[in-house]
Amino acid sequence: MTHTTHHIEPQKIYFGVFGALMVFTAVTVWASMVDLGPLSIVVALVIAVCKALLVVLFFMHVRYSRPLTQIVVAGGVLWLIILLVLTLSDYFSRGWLPAPAGW
Amino acid sequence: MAEHHSALAHQFDDLTQQWDASTFGMWVFLVTEIMFFGGLFAGYAVYRSAYPDAFAEGSLHLSLALGGTNTVILIASSLTMALGVRAAQLGDNRATAWWLIATLGLGSAFLVIKVFEYHHKYVEHLIPGPGFLFEGPHARQVEMMFCFYFAMTGMHALHMVVGAGLLIYFILQARANRYSPDYFGPVEVMGLYWHFVDIVWIFLFPLLYLIGHRR
Repeated sequence: MTHTTHHIEPQKIYFGVFGALMVFTAVTVWASMVDLGPLSIVVALVIAVCKALLVVLFFMHVRYSRPLTQIVVAGGVLWLIILLVLTLSDYFSRGWLPAPAGW
Repeated sequence: MAEHHSALAHQFDDLTQQWDASTFGMWVFLVTEIMFFGGLFAGYAVYRSAYPDAFAEGSLHLSLALGGTNTVILIASSLTMALGVRAAQLGDNRATAWWLIATLGLGSAFLVIKVFEYHHKYVEHLIPGPGFLFEGPHARQVEMMFCFYFAMTGMHALHMVVGAGLLIYFILQARANRYSPDYFGPVEVMGLYWHFVDIVWIFLFPLLYLIGHRR
């Protein structure tokens, strides 16, 4: 049989990722108490995406997954972006043109 | 030769193909979950951009201490889950069972705290519906914020309950010495689900609890 050699991460990698996730959590709480104006949502989302990336790449082993799995993950994110961008572009652009009179 | 490996289902050529199929299938399921929660996040984005002040005001009524504690608990449960999968990869069923028990304990602690949070909202009349009471210029919009709060955290908690039930099964399997370096795919797939639920909370926490500009 073809024997799969699964990559086994050293335990310290998992503890390191956990530490990084804790640091990111502390930073996002701290950043929410600083008045950054409209930037605060950007900062919160960037930190959340970094945390999600750590979980996906290390805890979910996507760093060592087969290309097919990586494509499925990327495809899922791509479709999520399409969902969010098309929905929000509709709502944000509704006021840009006046509704034609007589409708 | 491993044609008759006890863990090999007959429709697969070998254990590698079986493992690839199970992780691939789980990821396809998780993509449907991404789109499911994505719809909730899209609705949240539309209403929050329409009523930013009401969402910030509603967020101030959520407990940062409880939400933050739950964030730490859930990320810790992802760590113990990852260590449980690692133990299964090594064929150490005893360690797998203990790490999964730790994960189940942390997940249960998360749900208990969530119950206390929901109870606070009930006492404070912040559950949307006829009992909703809120003083202020945009009470209806704050009520909408709490609709999203309960829909999103409720669906997340439901996924946690399902995950906790699955964990009990996997703990029993590990205690029956079911896993080996050749066969640990089910634990890996359970881990993928648990980590996904963790990621959903990683986004829910800042978007619900941290938008009120506390100082």
